[in-house]
Amino acid sequence: MAEKRWSSVELVEAALNEAEKSSEGAKAFVGLFAERARSQAVESDARRAQGEPKSDFDGVPFAVKDNMCVAGERLSCASAILRNYRAPYSAGAIRRLEDAGMIPTGRTNMDEFAMGSSTENSVYGPTRNPWNREMIPGGSSGGSAAAVAEGSAIVALGSDTGGSIRQPAAMCGVVGLKPTYGRVSRYGLVAMASSFDQIGPLAKTTADAAALLGLIEGHDPNDSTSVPLREESRLSEAIGAEIKGLRIGLPAECFGEGLDGQVEETVRSAVEKLVQLGAEVREISLPRMTTAALAAYYVIMPSEVSANLSRIDGVRYGAREDGESLSEVYGKSRGRGFGAEVRRRVMIGTYALSSGYYDDYYVKALKVRRLIARDYERAFKDVDVIVTPTSPTTAWRIGERVDDPLANYMADIYTVGVNVAGLPGINVPCGLADGLPVGLQIIGRHFEEKVILRAANALEGEVGRLKK
Amino acid sequence: MLERERVPRYAGTVNQEIMSLTSEQVEHIAKLARLDLTDGEKDSLRDQLSSILDYVSQLREIDTEGVEPLSYVATLENVWADDEIKGCSAAERNVIIENFPDKEGDLLKVKAVFS
Repeated sequence: MAEKRWSSVELVEAALNEAEKSSEGAKAFVGLFAERARSQAVESDARRAQGEPKSDFDGVPFAVKDNMCVAGERLSCASAILRNYRAPYSAGAIRRLEDAGMIPTGRTNMDEFAMGSSTENSVYGPTRNPWNREMIPGGSSGGSAAAVAEGSAIVALGSDTGGSIRQPAAMCGVVGLKPTYGRVSRYGLVAMASSFDQIGPLAKTTADAAALLGLIEGHDPNDSTSVPLREESRLSEAIGAEIKGLRIGLPAECFGEGLDGQVEETVRSAVEKLVQLGAEVREISLPRMTTAALAAYYVIMPSEVSANLSRIDGVRYGAREDGESLSEVYGKSRGRGFGAEVRRRVMIGTYALSSGYYDDYYVKALKVRRLIARDYERAFKDVDVIVTPTSPTTAWRIGERVDDPLANYMADIYTVGVNVAGLPGINVPCGLADGLPVGLQIIGRHFEEKVILRAANALEGEVGRLKK
Repeated sequence: MLERERVPRYAGTVNQEIMSLTSEQVEHIAKLARLDLTDGEKDSLRDQLSSILDYVSQLREIDTEGVEPLSYVATLENVWADDEIKGCSAAERNVIIENFPDKEGDLLKVKAVFS
Protein backbone atom coordinates (compact mmCIF):
# COMPACT_ATOMS: atom_id res chain seq x y z
CA MET A 1 0.00 0.00 0.00
CA ALA A 2 2.94 2.27 0.58
CA GLU A 3 3.73 1.74 -3.10
CA LYS A 4 0.15 2.68 -3.99
CA ARG A 5 -0.51 -0.66 -5.66
CA TRP A 6 -3.57 -1.13 -3.51
CA SER A 7 -5.66 1.34 -1.57
CA SER A 8 -7.29 0.42 1.69
CA VAL A 9 -10.71 0.88 0.08
CA GLU A 10 -9.76 -1.69 -2.58
CA LEU A 11 -8.31 -4.09 -0.03
CA VAL A 12 -11.30 -3.86 2.26
CA GLU A 13 -13.75 -4.23 -0.62
CA ALA A 14 -11.87 -7.32 -1.80
CA ALA A 15 -11.88 -8.71 1.74
CA LEU A 16 -15.62 -8.14 2.10
CA ASN A 17 -16.25 -9.82 -1.26
CA GLU A 18 -14.17 -12.84 -0.39
CA ALA A 19 -15.91 -13.12 2.98
CA GLU A 20 -19.30 -13.08 1.21
CA LYS A 21 -18.19 -15.73 -1.28
CA SER A 22 -17.06 -17.91 1.60
CA SER A 23 -20.67 -18.39 2.62
CA GLU A 24 -21.12 -20.68 -0.41
CA GLY A 25 -17.98 -22.61 0.30
CA ALA A 26 -16.18 -23.02 3.57
CA LYS A 27 -18.53 -20.64 5.39
CA ALA A 28 -15.80 -19.08 7.44
CA PHE A 29 -17.70 -15.89 8.28
CA VAL A 30 -20.97 -15.43 10.16
CA GLY A 31 -21.29 -11.68 9.86
CA LEU A 32 -19.62 -8.66 8.26
CA PHE A 33 -18.85 -5.18 9.55
CA ALA A 34 -19.29 -3.79 6.04
CA GLU A 35 -20.40 -0.23 6.74
CA ARG A 36 -17.90 0.29 9.53
CA ALA A 37 -15.04 -1.24 7.54
CA ARG A 38 -15.76 0.80 4.42
CA SER A 39 -15.73 4.10 6.30
CA GLN A 40 -12.55 3.11 8.14
CA ALA A 41 -10.94 2.32 4.76
CA VAL A 42 -11.78 5.76 3.41
CA GLU A 43 -10.23 7.34 6.51
CA SER A 44 -7.15 5.17 6.14
CA ASP A 45 -6.57 6.21 2.52
CA ALA A 46 -6.99 9.83 3.54
CA ARG A 47 -4.34 9.44 6.22
CA ARG A 48 -1.93 7.86 3.75
CA ALA A 49 -2.60 10.61 1.23
CA GLN A 50 -1.59 13.14 3.93
CA GLY A 51 1.56 11.13 4.59
CA GLU A 52 0.30 10.27 8.07
CA PRO A 53 -0.47 6.54 8.24
CA LYS A 54 -0.93 5.32 11.82
CA SER A 55 1.53 2.49 11.13
CA ASP A 56 2.87 0.32 8.32
CA PHE A 57 -0.33 -1.69 8.65
CA ASP A 58 -2.73 1.21 8.34
CA GLY A 59 -5.67 0.12 6.19
CA VAL A 60 -5.03 -3.63 6.31
CA PRO A 61 -8.18 -5.67 6.97
CA PHE A 62 -8.40 -8.53 9.45
CA ALA A 63 -11.05 -11.04 10.56
CA VAL A 64 -12.24 -11.44 14.15
CA LYS A 65 -13.53 -14.56 15.88
CA ASP A 66 -17.18 -14.15 16.90
CA ASN A 67 -16.28 -13.92 20.60
CA MET A 68 -14.45 -10.58 20.62
CA CYS A 69 -16.12 -7.20 21.07
CA VAL A 70 -16.12 -4.75 18.16
CA ALA A 71 -17.98 -1.65 19.34
CA GLY A 72 -21.53 -1.47 18.01
CA GLU A 73 -21.27 -4.70 16.04
CA ARG A 74 -22.98 -8.04 16.63
CA LEU A 75 -21.27 -10.58 18.86
CA SER A 76 -22.82 -13.99 19.33
CA CYS A 77 -20.13 -16.55 20.25
CA ALA A 78 -21.97 -18.71 17.68
CA SER A 79 -24.73 -19.14 20.24
CA ALA A 80 -28.51 -18.83 19.97
CA ILE A 81 -28.57 -17.09 23.33
CA LEU A 82 -26.55 -14.11 22.01
CA ARG A 83 -27.95 -14.01 18.49
CA ASN A 84 -29.05 -10.38 18.73
CA TYR A 85 -26.41 -9.05 21.07
CA ARG A 86 -24.27 -6.04 20.15
CA ALA A 87 -20.94 -5.23 21.77
CA PRO A 88 -20.94 -1.86 23.57
CA TYR A 89 -17.17 -1.45 23.36
CA SER A 90 -14.16 -2.83 21.52
CA ALA A 91 -11.82 -5.43 22.97
CA GLY A 92 -8.35 -4.32 24.04
CA ALA A 93 -6.72 -6.31 21.22
CA ILE A 94 -9.12 -4.84 18.65
CA ARG A 95 -8.44 -1.32 19.91
CA ARG A 96 -4.70 -1.82 19.56
CA LEU A 97 -5.10 -3.01 15.97
CA GLU A 98 -7.38 -0.09 15.17
CA ASP A 99 -4.86 2.27 16.76
CA ALA A 100 -2.44 0.94 14.15
CA GLY A 101 -5.06 1.65 11.46
CA MET A 102 -6.08 -1.96 10.86
CA ILE A 103 -9.69 -2.64 9.97
CA PRO A 104 -11.91 -5.47 11.28
CA THR A 105 -14.02 -6.70 8.36
CA GLY A 106 -16.21 -9.36 9.93
CA ARG A 107 -16.65 -12.10 12.49
CA THR A 108 -15.73 -15.72 11.90
CA ASN A 109 -17.48 -18.94 12.84
CA MET A 110 -16.51 -20.85 15.97
CA ASP A 111 -17.68 -23.56 18.32
CA GLU A 112 -20.30 -22.09 20.65
CA PHE A 113 -18.63 -20.10 23.45
CA ALA A 114 -15.32 -21.52 22.20
CA MET A 115 -16.21 -25.01 23.36
CA GLY A 116 -15.17 -27.57 20.81
CA SER A 117 -12.47 -28.74 18.43
CA SER A 118 -14.35 -28.85 15.16
CA THR A 119 -16.51 -25.71 14.71
CA GLU A 120 -19.50 -28.06 14.47
CA ASN A 121 -21.00 -26.73 17.71
CA SER A 122 -22.13 -23.52 16.07
CA VAL A 123 -25.67 -22.18 15.82
CA TYR A 124 -24.78 -21.23 12.22
CA GLY A 125 -23.74 -24.75 11.26
CA PRO A 126 -20.22 -26.00 10.59
CA THR A 127 -17.43 -24.28 8.72
CA ARG A 128 -15.81 -26.53 6.13
CA ASN A 129 -12.10 -27.17 5.76
CA PRO A 130 -10.91 -25.36 2.60
CA TRP A 131 -8.58 -28.31 1.83
CA ASN A 132 -11.47 -30.77 1.74
CA ARG A 133 -15.00 -29.51 2.25
CA GLU A 134 -16.15 -32.81 3.79
CA MET A 135 -13.78 -32.26 6.68
CA ILE A 136 -13.85 -30.14 9.79
CA PRO A 137 -11.60 -27.09 9.94
CA GLY A 138 -10.77 -27.75 13.58
CA GLY A 139 -11.97 -25.57 16.43
CA SER A 140 -12.91 -23.59 18.18
CA SER A 141 -11.34 -20.87 15.97
CA GLY A 142 -12.26 -22.88 12.85
CA GLY A 143 -13.72 -19.92 10.99
CA SER A 144 -10.60 -17.80 11.47
CA ALA A 145 -8.34 -20.66 10.39
CA ALA A 146 -10.46 -21.46 7.32
CA ALA A 147 -10.64 -17.78 6.35
CA VAL A 148 -6.87 -17.40 6.36
CA ALA A 149 -6.39 -20.75 4.58
CA GLU A 150 -8.81 -19.93 1.76
CA GLY A 151 -7.75 -16.30 1.52
CA SER A 152 -10.99 -14.66 2.61
CA ALA A 153 -8.91 -13.03 5.32
CA ILE A 154 -5.27 -11.94 5.22
CA VAL A 155 -4.88 -12.38 8.96
CA ALA A 156 -7.32 -13.20 11.72
CA LEU A 157 -7.66 -13.16 15.47
CA GLY A 158 -8.62 -16.30 17.31
CA SER A 159 -8.74 -17.36 20.94
CA ASP A 160 -7.09 -20.38 22.56
CA THR A 161 -8.08 -22.00 25.84
CA GLY A 162 -6.99 -25.61 25.26
CA GLY A 163 -5.76 -25.49 21.67
CA SER A 164 -8.43 -23.48 19.90
CA ILE A 165 -5.98 -21.46 17.78
CA ARG A 166 -3.27 -24.07 17.27
CA GLN A 167 -5.46 -27.06 16.43
CA PRO A 168 -7.59 -25.41 13.71
CA ALA A 169 -4.41 -23.81 12.37
CA ALA A 170 -2.99 -27.33 12.07
CA MET A 171 -6.17 -28.69 10.42
CA CYS A 172 -6.19 -25.83 7.89
CA GLY A 173 -2.47 -25.53 7.21
CA VAL A 174 -1.87 -22.03 8.58
CA VAL A 175 0.27 -20.48 11.30
CA GLY A 176 -1.51 -20.03 14.64
CA LEU A 177 0.03 -18.74 17.84
CA LYS A 178 -1.21 -18.83 21.42
CA PRO A 179 0.71 -16.26 23.44
CA THR A 180 1.98 -16.73 26.98
CA TYR A 181 -0.90 -16.29 29.40
CA GLY A 182 -1.06 -12.61 30.28
CA ARG A 183 0.74 -11.35 27.18
CA VAL A 184 -2.39 -10.20 25.35
CA SER A 185 -5.32 -8.46 27.02
CA ARG A 186 -8.48 -10.50 27.53
CA TYR A 187 -10.59 -7.37 27.90
CA GLY A 188 -13.47 -7.69 25.47
CA LEU A 189 -12.90 -11.40 24.84
CA VAL A 190 -15.96 -13.28 26.04
CA ALA A 191 -14.50 -15.25 28.91
CA MET A 192 -14.53 -19.01 28.64
CA ALA A 193 -11.96 -20.18 31.19
CA SER A 194 -10.26 -17.14 32.63
CA SER A 195 -7.01 -18.76 33.69
CA PHE A 196 -6.44 -20.32 30.25
CA ASP A 197 -7.87 -17.94 27.61
CA GLN A 198 -5.60 -15.96 25.29
CA ILE A 199 -6.22 -14.09 22.05
CA GLY A 200 -3.72 -14.80 19.30
CA PRO A 201 -3.02 -14.39 15.57
CA LEU A 202 -3.69 -16.75 12.67
CA ALA A 203 -1.85 -16.00 9.47
CA LYS A 204 -0.32 -17.60 6.36
CA THR A 205 3.25 -16.85 7.48
CA THR A 206 5.19 -16.64 10.73
CA ALA A 207 6.21 -13.08 9.81
CA ASP A 208 2.57 -12.01 9.64
CA ALA A 209 1.74 -13.79 12.88
CA ALA A 210 4.69 -12.09 14.59
CA ALA A 211 3.66 -8.70 13.24
CA LEU A 212 0.10 -9.12 14.49
CA LEU A 213 1.29 -10.32 17.89
CA GLY A 214 3.60 -7.31 18.14
CA LEU A 215 0.58 -5.07 17.71
CA ILE A 216 -1.83 -6.74 20.14
CA GLU A 217 0.55 -7.65 22.96
CA GLY A 218 1.04 -5.54 26.05
CA HIS A 219 -0.38 -4.59 29.40
CA ASP A 220 -3.98 -3.42 29.54
CA PRO A 221 -5.24 -1.81 32.75
CA ASN A 222 -8.68 -3.17 31.89
CA ASP A 223 -7.38 -6.74 32.28
CA SER A 224 -5.92 -7.30 35.70
CA THR A 225 -4.34 -10.55 34.56
CA SER A 226 -2.38 -8.91 31.74
CA VAL A 227 1.32 -8.70 32.47
CA PRO A 228 3.49 -5.65 31.77
CA LEU A 229 6.02 -6.89 29.19
CA ARG A 230 9.72 -6.42 29.60
CA GLU A 231 11.32 -4.50 26.76
CA GLU A 232 13.47 -7.46 25.71
CA SER A 233 10.41 -9.72 25.39
CA ARG A 234 8.60 -7.40 23.02
CA LEU A 235 8.27 -8.27 19.35
CA SER A 236 9.69 -5.06 17.99
CA GLU A 237 11.80 -6.20 15.08
CA ALA A 238 11.56 -8.86 12.39
CA ILE A 239 12.04 -12.42 13.64
CA GLY A 240 15.21 -14.11 12.50
CA ALA A 241 15.69 -17.73 11.47
CA GLU A 242 19.04 -18.56 13.05
CA ILE A 243 18.59 -21.68 15.14
CA LYS A 244 22.09 -23.10 15.45
CA GLY A 245 22.44 -24.63 18.87
CA LEU A 246 18.72 -24.41 19.65
CA ARG A 247 17.93 -27.33 21.95
CA ILE A 248 14.70 -29.10 20.97
CA GLY A 249 12.97 -31.62 23.22
CA LEU A 250 10.64 -34.27 21.80
CA PRO A 251 8.40 -35.68 24.56
CA ALA A 252 8.09 -39.44 24.13
CA GLU A 253 4.48 -39.22 25.34
CA CYS A 254 3.52 -37.16 22.28
CA PHE A 255 4.93 -39.65 19.80
CA GLY A 256 3.32 -42.80 21.04
CA GLU A 257 -0.07 -44.42 21.19
CA GLY A 258 -2.90 -42.58 19.52
CA LEU A 259 -0.71 -40.66 17.05
CA ASP A 260 -1.47 -41.27 13.37
CA GLY A 261 1.49 -42.84 11.56
CA GLN A 262 1.55 -40.39 8.67
CA VAL A 263 1.31 -37.41 11.01
CA GLU A 264 4.24 -38.75 13.01
CA GLU A 265 6.34 -39.28 9.89
CA THR A 266 5.60 -35.78 8.58
CA VAL A 267 6.42 -34.16 11.92
CA ARG A 268 9.60 -36.15 12.41
CA SER A 269 10.93 -35.27 8.98
CA ALA A 270 10.20 -31.62 9.71
CA VAL A 271 12.21 -31.95 12.92
CA GLU A 272 15.04 -33.42 10.79
CA LYS A 273 15.03 -30.23 8.74
CA LEU A 274 15.54 -28.23 11.94
CA VAL A 275 18.46 -30.47 12.84
CA GLN A 276 20.01 -29.82 9.43
CA LEU A 277 19.77 -26.11 10.23
CA GLY A 278 21.82 -26.65 13.36
CA ALA A 279 19.31 -27.42 16.10
CA GLU A 280 19.98 -30.18 18.61
CA VAL A 281 17.24 -32.69 19.28
CA ARG A 282 16.80 -34.95 22.25
CA GLU A 283 14.01 -37.13 23.52
CA ILE A 284 12.51 -36.01 26.81
CA SER A 285 9.78 -37.35 29.03
CA LEU A 286 6.83 -35.34 30.29
CA PRO A 287 4.46 -38.04 31.50
CA ARG A 288 1.85 -35.64 32.82
CA MET A 289 1.65 -33.34 29.78
CA THR A 290 -0.92 -35.45 27.91
CA THR A 291 -3.62 -37.47 29.68
CA ALA A 292 -3.08 -35.98 33.15
CA ALA A 293 -3.13 -32.47 31.68
CA LEU A 294 -6.28 -33.28 29.71
CA ALA A 295 -7.95 -34.61 32.85
CA ALA A 296 -6.94 -31.59 34.92
CA TYR A 297 -8.06 -29.30 32.09
CA TYR A 298 -11.45 -31.00 31.87
CA VAL A 299 -12.05 -30.28 35.53
CA ILE A 300 -10.62 -26.77 35.88
CA MET A 301 -11.87 -25.41 32.55
CA PRO A 302 -15.53 -26.45 32.98
CA SER A 303 -15.42 -25.12 36.54
CA GLU A 304 -14.33 -21.72 35.28
CA VAL A 305 -16.83 -21.97 32.41
CA SER A 306 -19.70 -22.61 34.81
CA ALA A 307 -18.79 -19.45 36.71
CA ASN A 308 -18.20 -17.31 33.61
CA LEU A 309 -21.39 -18.33 31.87
CA SER A 310 -23.59 -17.66 34.88
CA ARG A 311 -23.81 -14.06 33.67
CA ILE A 312 -25.61 -15.30 30.53
CA ASP A 313 -29.04 -15.61 32.05
CA GLY A 314 -31.40 -13.75 29.74
CA VAL A 315 -31.77 -10.87 32.19
CA ARG A 316 -29.73 -7.91 30.95
CA TYR A 317 -28.99 -9.11 27.41
CA GLY A 318 -29.42 -12.12 25.19
CA ALA A 319 -32.43 -14.25 24.36
CA ARG A 320 -34.87 -14.20 27.26
CA GLU A 321 -37.53 -16.87 27.57
CA ASP A 322 -40.63 -16.07 29.54
CA GLY A 323 -41.44 -17.85 32.79
CA GLU A 324 -43.64 -17.75 35.87
CA SER A 325 -40.74 -16.83 38.12
CA LEU A 326 -37.25 -15.44 37.86
CA SER A 327 -35.87 -18.94 38.39
CA GLU A 328 -37.88 -20.20 35.46
CA VAL A 329 -36.62 -17.35 33.27
CA TYR A 330 -33.07 -18.42 34.08
CA GLY A 331 -33.74 -22.12 33.56
CA LYS A 332 -35.63 -21.74 30.29
CA SER A 333 -33.40 -19.06 28.78
CA ARG A 334 -30.23 -21.00 29.49
CA GLY A 335 -31.71 -24.43 28.81
CA ARG A 336 -33.00 -23.36 25.40
CA GLY A 337 -30.31 -20.84 24.52
CA PHE A 338 -27.20 -22.93 25.21
CA GLY A 339 -26.20 -25.75 22.88
CA ALA A 340 -25.43 -29.30 23.98
CA GLU A 341 -21.67 -28.96 24.44
CA VAL A 342 -22.07 -25.77 26.47
CA ARG A 343 -24.65 -27.44 28.69
CA ARG A 344 -22.34 -30.42 29.17
CA ARG A 345 -19.42 -28.29 30.30
CA VAL A 346 -21.50 -26.05 32.55
CA MET A 347 -22.85 -29.19 34.22
CA ILE A 348 -19.41 -30.74 34.73
CA GLY A 349 -18.10 -27.51 36.20
CA THR A 350 -21.11 -27.07 38.45
CA TYR A 351 -20.63 -30.62 39.72
CA ALA A 352 -16.87 -30.22 40.27
CA LEU A 353 -17.41 -27.03 42.27
CA SER A 354 -20.37 -28.23 44.26
CA SER A 355 -20.31 -28.98 47.94
CA GLY A 356 -18.84 -32.38 48.66
CA TYR A 357 -16.97 -32.61 45.37
CA TYR A 358 -14.99 -29.36 45.35
CA ASP A 359 -11.88 -30.78 47.05
CA ASP A 360 -11.88 -34.09 45.20
CA TYR A 361 -12.24 -32.58 41.76
CA TYR A 362 -11.45 -28.87 41.56
CA VAL A 363 -8.74 -28.51 44.20
CA LYS A 364 -7.19 -31.82 43.20
CA ALA A 365 -6.99 -30.67 39.59
CA LEU A 366 -5.34 -27.41 40.67
CA LYS A 367 -2.69 -29.37 42.52
CA VAL A 368 -2.02 -31.48 39.44
CA ARG A 369 -1.81 -28.20 37.52
CA ARG A 370 1.08 -27.10 39.73
CA LEU A 371 2.84 -30.42 39.15
CA ILE A 372 2.46 -29.99 35.39
CA ALA A 373 3.81 -26.44 35.54
CA ARG A 374 6.81 -27.71 37.49
CA ASP A 375 7.35 -30.54 34.96
CA TYR A 376 7.70 -28.03 32.14
CA GLU A 377 9.97 -25.81 34.23
CA ARG A 378 12.25 -28.74 34.84
CA ALA A 379 12.23 -29.76 31.16
CA PHE A 380 13.12 -26.23 30.08
CA LYS A 381 16.36 -26.45 32.02
CA ASP A 382 17.67 -28.89 29.39
CA VAL A 383 15.87 -27.72 26.26
CA ASP A 384 14.87 -24.35 24.80
CA VAL A 385 11.72 -25.45 22.98
CA ILE A 386 9.50 -28.50 23.05
CA VAL A 387 8.18 -29.86 19.75
CA THR A 388 5.16 -32.10 19.29
CA PRO A 389 2.60 -32.82 16.61
CA THR A 390 -0.17 -30.24 17.14
CA SER A 391 -2.90 -32.85 16.68
CA PRO A 392 -2.86 -36.68 16.74
CA THR A 393 -4.64 -36.82 13.40
CA THR A 394 -5.39 -34.69 10.38
CA ALA A 395 -8.91 -33.27 9.90
CA TRP A 396 -11.76 -35.72 10.32
CA ARG A 397 -15.13 -35.92 8.58
CA ILE A 398 -17.88 -33.48 9.55
CA GLY A 399 -20.34 -35.36 11.76
CA GLU A 400 -17.94 -38.20 12.56
CA ARG A 401 -17.40 -37.34 16.23
CA VAL A 402 -20.57 -35.44 17.16
CA ASP A 403 -21.96 -38.25 19.31
CA ASP A 404 -18.74 -38.80 21.19
CA PRO A 405 -17.70 -35.80 23.30
CA LEU A 406 -14.61 -37.54 24.68
CA ALA A 407 -13.32 -38.28 21.17
CA ASN A 408 -13.48 -34.56 20.49
CA TYR A 409 -11.67 -33.76 23.73
CA MET A 410 -8.87 -36.15 22.73
CA ALA A 411 -8.09 -33.92 19.73
CA ASP A 412 -6.49 -31.47 22.15
CA ILE A 413 -4.25 -34.01 23.88
CA TYR A 414 -1.03 -32.30 22.75
CA THR A 415 -2.24 -28.72 23.11
CA VAL A 416 -4.00 -28.47 26.49
CA GLY A 417 -0.89 -28.92 28.63
CA VAL A 418 0.42 -25.67 27.18
CA ASN A 419 -2.58 -23.70 28.50
CA VAL A 420 -2.45 -25.53 31.82
CA ALA A 421 1.06 -24.14 32.32
CA GLY A 422 0.39 -20.79 30.60
CA LEU A 423 3.22 -21.28 28.09
CA PRO A 424 3.36 -19.90 24.53
CA GLY A 425 2.76 -22.31 21.66
CA ILE A 426 2.68 -22.01 17.88
CA ASN A 427 1.44 -24.26 15.09
CA VAL A 428 3.49 -24.35 11.90
CA PRO A 429 2.26 -26.30 8.86
CA CYS A 430 4.89 -28.92 8.07
CA GLY A 431 3.43 -31.04 5.26
CA LEU A 432 0.42 -32.94 3.96
CA ALA A 433 -0.91 -36.41 4.68
CA ASP A 434 -3.53 -37.69 2.21
CA GLY A 435 -4.02 -34.16 1.00
CA LEU A 436 -4.71 -32.75 4.46
CA PRO A 437 -2.41 -30.40 6.38
CA VAL A 438 -0.20 -31.62 9.20
CA GLY A 439 0.84 -29.18 11.90
CA LEU A 440 3.88 -29.11 14.14
CA GLN A 441 3.67 -27.42 17.53
CA ILE A 442 6.54 -25.50 19.10
CA ILE A 443 6.24 -24.72 22.82
CA GLY A 444 8.46 -22.21 24.58
CA ARG A 445 9.22 -20.82 28.00
CA HIS A 446 7.00 -18.09 29.40
CA PHE A 447 7.31 -14.90 27.33
CA GLU A 448 9.82 -16.45 24.89
CA GLU A 449 7.60 -15.97 21.83
CA LYS A 450 10.67 -14.73 19.97
CA VAL A 451 12.33 -18.13 20.36
CA ILE A 452 9.36 -20.16 19.14
CA LEU A 453 8.76 -17.74 16.28
CA ARG A 454 12.39 -17.97 15.22
CA ALA A 455 12.22 -21.77 15.17
CA ALA A 456 8.87 -21.62 13.34
CA ASN A 457 10.30 -19.18 10.82
CA ALA A 458 13.28 -21.45 10.21
CA LEU A 459 11.04 -24.46 9.62
CA GLU A 460 8.74 -22.46 7.36
CA GLY A 461 11.74 -21.54 5.23
CA GLU A 462 12.52 -25.22 4.69
CA VAL A 463 8.98 -26.54 4.27
CA GLY A 464 7.68 -23.74 2.08
CA ARG A 465 3.99 -23.18 1.41
CA LEU A 466 1.65 -26.16 1.45
CA LYS A 467 0.14 -26.76 -1.98
CA LYS A 468 -3.03 -28.66 -2.82
CA MET B 1 -23.84 -40.85 46.58
CA LEU B 2 -22.25 -42.15 43.38
CA GLU B 3 -23.35 -45.51 42.08
CA ARG B 4 -20.63 -47.73 40.76
CA GLU B 5 -21.52 -49.97 37.84
CA ARG B 6 -19.44 -52.37 35.83
CA VAL B 7 -19.70 -51.06 32.26
CA PRO B 8 -17.38 -51.26 29.23
CA ARG B 9 -14.47 -48.81 29.56
CA TYR B 10 -13.93 -45.90 27.22
CA ALA B 11 -10.50 -46.38 25.66
CA GLY B 12 -8.06 -44.43 27.78
CA THR B 13 -9.78 -44.65 31.13
CA VAL B 14 -7.89 -46.09 34.04
CA ASN B 15 -10.65 -47.35 36.26
CA GLN B 16 -12.38 -50.70 36.11
CA GLU B 17 -15.70 -49.16 37.03
CA ILE B 18 -17.39 -46.14 35.55
CA MET B 19 -18.51 -43.41 37.92
CA SER B 20 -22.19 -43.30 37.23
CA LEU B 21 -24.36 -40.36 38.07
CA THR B 22 -27.95 -40.94 39.13
CA SER B 23 -30.86 -39.11 37.58
CA GLU B 24 -31.36 -37.29 40.86
CA GLN B 25 -27.80 -36.03 40.77
CA VAL B 26 -28.24 -34.81 37.19
CA GLU B 27 -31.40 -32.98 38.23
CA HIS B 28 -29.64 -31.45 41.23
CA ILE B 29 -26.71 -30.21 39.11
CA ALA B 30 -29.09 -28.83 36.48
CA LYS B 31 -30.91 -26.93 39.20
CA LEU B 32 -27.66 -25.46 40.57
CA ALA B 33 -26.67 -24.51 37.02
CA ARG B 34 -30.10 -23.02 36.30
CA LEU B 35 -30.50 -25.20 33.21
CA ASP B 36 -33.91 -26.58 32.28
CA LEU B 37 -33.48 -29.97 30.65
CA THR B 38 -35.94 -32.28 28.92
CA ASP B 39 -36.12 -35.90 30.11
CA GLY B 40 -34.33 -37.05 26.98
CA GLU B 41 -31.56 -34.53 27.60
CA LYS B 42 -31.24 -35.64 31.21
CA ASP B 43 -30.73 -39.25 30.15
CA SER B 44 -28.08 -38.60 27.54
CA LEU B 45 -26.35 -36.07 29.78
CA ARG B 46 -26.26 -38.61 32.57
CA ASP B 47 -24.37 -41.05 30.34
CA GLN B 48 -22.06 -38.45 28.81
CA LEU B 49 -21.23 -36.78 32.11
CA SER B 50 -20.58 -40.15 33.70
CA SER B 51 -18.04 -41.10 31.08
CA ILE B 52 -16.34 -37.70 31.23
CA LEU B 53 -16.17 -37.82 35.03
CA ASP B 54 -14.81 -41.32 34.76
CA TYR B 55 -12.03 -40.07 32.51
CA VAL B 56 -11.04 -37.22 34.82
CA SER B 57 -11.14 -39.40 37.91
CA GLN B 58 -7.69 -40.68 36.90
CA LEU B 59 -6.43 -37.55 38.65
CA ARG B 60 -6.96 -39.47 41.86
CA GLU B 61 -4.01 -41.72 41.00
CA ILE B 62 -1.60 -38.78 41.07
CA ASP B 63 0.22 -38.11 44.33
CA THR B 64 -0.32 -34.48 45.28
CA GLU B 65 0.77 -34.71 48.91
CA GLY B 66 2.12 -31.34 50.03
CA VAL B 67 1.40 -29.67 46.68
CA GLU B 68 -0.25 -26.25 46.67
CA PRO B 69 -3.08 -25.66 44.19
CA LEU B 70 -2.17 -23.46 41.18
CA SER B 71 -5.00 -21.36 39.81
CA TYR B 72 -3.17 -18.40 38.28
CA VAL B 73 -0.18 -19.15 36.06
CA ALA B 74 1.38 -15.70 35.79
CA THR B 75 3.27 -13.97 38.56
CA LEU B 76 1.23 -10.90 39.43
CA GLU B 77 -0.22 -10.41 42.88
CA ASN B 78 -2.93 -8.06 44.06
CA VAL B 79 -3.44 -5.90 41.00
CA TRP B 80 -5.39 -2.95 42.35
CA ALA B 81 -7.47 -0.38 40.54
CA ASP B 82 -8.24 3.07 41.88
CA ASP B 83 -11.74 3.43 43.25
CA GLU B 84 -12.87 6.02 40.72
CA ILE B 85 -15.87 6.19 38.44
CA LYS B 86 -14.84 5.89 34.81
CA GLY B 87 -18.30 6.03 33.30
CA CYS B 88 -19.08 5.22 29.70
CA SER B 89 -19.80 7.10 26.50
CA ALA B 90 -23.30 7.85 25.27
CA ALA B 91 -22.74 5.40 22.42
CA GLU B 92 -21.84 2.58 24.82
CA ARG B 93 -24.81 3.40 27.01
CA ASN B 94 -27.17 3.25 24.04
CA VAL B 95 -25.91 -0.15 22.91
CA ILE B 96 -26.30 -1.51 26.44
CA ILE B 97 -29.88 -0.28 26.62
CA GLU B 98 -30.65 -1.62 23.15
CA ASN B 99 -29.46 -5.04 24.37
CA PHE B 100 -32.11 -5.14 27.12
CA PRO B 101 -34.53 -8.01 26.36
CA ASP B 102 -37.41 -6.02 27.87
CA LYS B 103 -37.48 -2.39 28.86
CA GLU B 104 -39.52 0.64 29.80
CA GLY B 105 -37.82 3.77 28.61
CA ASP B 106 -34.21 3.39 29.65
CA LEU B 107 -35.04 0.96 32.44
CA LEU B 108 -34.42 -2.78 32.28
CA LYS B 109 -37.59 -4.74 32.99
CA VAL B 110 -37.23 -8.05 34.84
CA LYS B 111 -39.32 -10.62 36.66
CA ALA B 112 -39.92 -9.82 40.32
CA VAL B 113 -37.05 -11.02 42.47
CA PHE B 114 -39.17 -11.17 45.61
CA SER B 115 -42.63 -12.55 45.04
